[in-house]
Amino acid sequence: MTTVIELKDASFGYGERPIVTDTSLAITRGEVVVVLGANASGKSTLMKGILGLNNLLSGTVTLFGEPADDVSDRARIGYVPQRHTLSASVRATAEEIVESGRLPRLGWLGRLGATDRQIVCRSLDLVGLADRSGTEVSTLSGGQQRRVLIARALAGQPDVLIMDEPTAGVDVVNQHVLADVLGRLVERDVTLVIVTHELGALEGLPTRIIVVDGGRIAFDGDPDRYAAARDSVHHDHDSHHHDLELAQPPAMAHGPFDPPAGTP
Amino acid sequence: MTEILSLDFMQRALVAALLVGLVAPMVGIFVVQRRMSLIGDGMGHVALAGVAIGLVTDQSPGLTALVAAVIAAVAIELLRARGRTNGDVALAIIFYGGIAAGVVIISQAPDGTPANLVKYLFGSILTVRESDLVVFAVLAVVIAATTWVLKPRLFAVANDEEYARAVGLPVLALNIVLAVLTATTVVIAMRIVGLLLISALMIVPNAAAQLFSRSFGSGLRWAMVLGLVSAVGGVLASYPLNTPSGGTIVLVAVGLFVVIAVAMSLRERLRARRHDMAERHDHEHGPDCGHEGIPHGDHIDYVHDGHLHAAHQSHYDEHGEVAAAAAATTKPAEEDATR
Repeated sequence: MTTVIELKDASFGYGERPIVTDTSLAITRGEVVVVLGANASGKSTLMKGILGLNNLLSGTVTLFGEPADDVSDRARIGYVPQRHTLSASVRATAEEIVESGRLPRLGWLGRLGATDRQIVCRSLDLVGLADRSGTEVSTLSGGQQRRVLIARALAGQPDVLIMDEPTAGVDVVNQHVLADVLGRLVERDVTLVIVTHELGALEGLPTRIIVVDGGRIAFDGDPDRYAAARDSVHHDHDSHHHDLELAQPPAMAHGPFDPPAGTP
Repeated sequence: MTEILSLDFMQRALVAALLVGLVAPMVGIFVVQRRMSLIGDGMGHVALAGVAIGLVTDQSPGLTALVAAVIAAVAIELLRARGRTNGDVALAIIFYGGIAAGVVIISQAPDGTPANLVKYLFGSILTVRESDLVVFAVLAVVIAATTWVLKPRLFAVANDEEYARAVGLPVLALNIVLAVLTATTVVIAMRIVGLLLISALMIVPNAAAQLFSRSFGSGLRWAMVLGLVSAVGGVLASYPLNTPSGGTIVLVAVGLFVVIAVAMSLRERLRARRHDMAERHDHEHGPDCGHEGIPHGDHIDYVHDGHLHAAHQSHYDEHGEVAAAAAATTKPAEEDATR
């Protein structure tokens, strides 16, 4: 198994202030890792640290076997951000947004060629939006907008996809569509790292679960162990208002491979 | 009309208007996209200091204004990239410092009369000299070419800066390029639009185009058309009306915006009246949804229980019943999945 992301005693933060401290973690190709944690637990900071969007204050980050600073091909890690910047100040179609995901593959001045456009079409097709490519994104539903962002990341043909809350604010039907899309990515051997509050929405895809709490990894193991260890994890730490978050994931009540609660 | 066109200064002003009208919205769309609509305004303030220095030292005011605006542009981007909280205040200090320095320095110039100041602040078609025109044309071509080449990247950065940084696009470099393009546009537009109104020609045509365009590409093209119409129309109107060209151009642009806004809201109302929504269903139609897709103009209708459903925003429109023959081809087994 090749290691795609490796952190050794890494601390991340903004400015000089560390938010995530002394984290060690290795993710190998083909894993579907779910990162759980309360708001402000540091899980987004951890993801942004891997993506190079904040400061590495100590320790090392290794991506695809190279120190993160030396990785010239940043696009091998696709990123699906949390906030949707899509309904922004200027109109753009789904296709135009997804095309921008192809740019990291085109060098400094290159323009999209026929092959690139084909990849853009395929990315939209993979997320089930082939028939909406010309639609202005702000008129799409929240779930569809998330899928546009996923397609944008896919257009860069990443080996790893980091997603920040892909299911947040998406209704149940669209969550199914989204889970199908993620399932298709797993079939294509894309490594997925998914930050979420809603484990149930992922419908048995995860192979590994990481719980971040207070800027540290509080749990790291497979879904079955997580189900067993869940109670002890959330009794271990002292800040009680996190308990709700950790106790919440509803699907775990009946195991990760059962149909999730709320299936019609 | 032919009388107007035979005047030398009018010909020069019209060529300048043509260049500015096309180029300003091209740069402006990215400025609007980054929600920095007032940045052009600020650069105009700084450019005034440049103009003043030019007048005092007997240099070309255009050149000194360009230098001042470009320095300010780069400084602003570097501040934005570094500072988190004080960026806004830093901008204000640079901008007000610029216009204050401009006013003070210009009063020391040999021909530092209020009239001279007004000319630069609000534009005058009489100020465009033949030698300026060549410089304007070269700068306009450089701006247009740079914007065109970098368009996809400027779009990506303005659309989602964090994402662009995560995938390794040169975000800071692109932002500096955009700032320098903005500064250069300000200086070209200074003569006919005036330093206080330049930003309007970058922003208003884009605001108007955004009212009706449905993609970034068409928004940009329409903004250029509207910018051109405003600039040329404004210059043409300013001569017989004997009004300052800058104010006239901007009023034409604002007028176009209002007309388009009213027309669009009327159209919306008419549309809403004859707009049939399909019953709500949780199923999402798509290429593999199991429902037959029938191309219908620019979209695809999906056959759903014998009705045609077309995706519209986040719901489906009812596009009528399917003829019996077409209905027979739908797979009845799929109907269950739709509920």
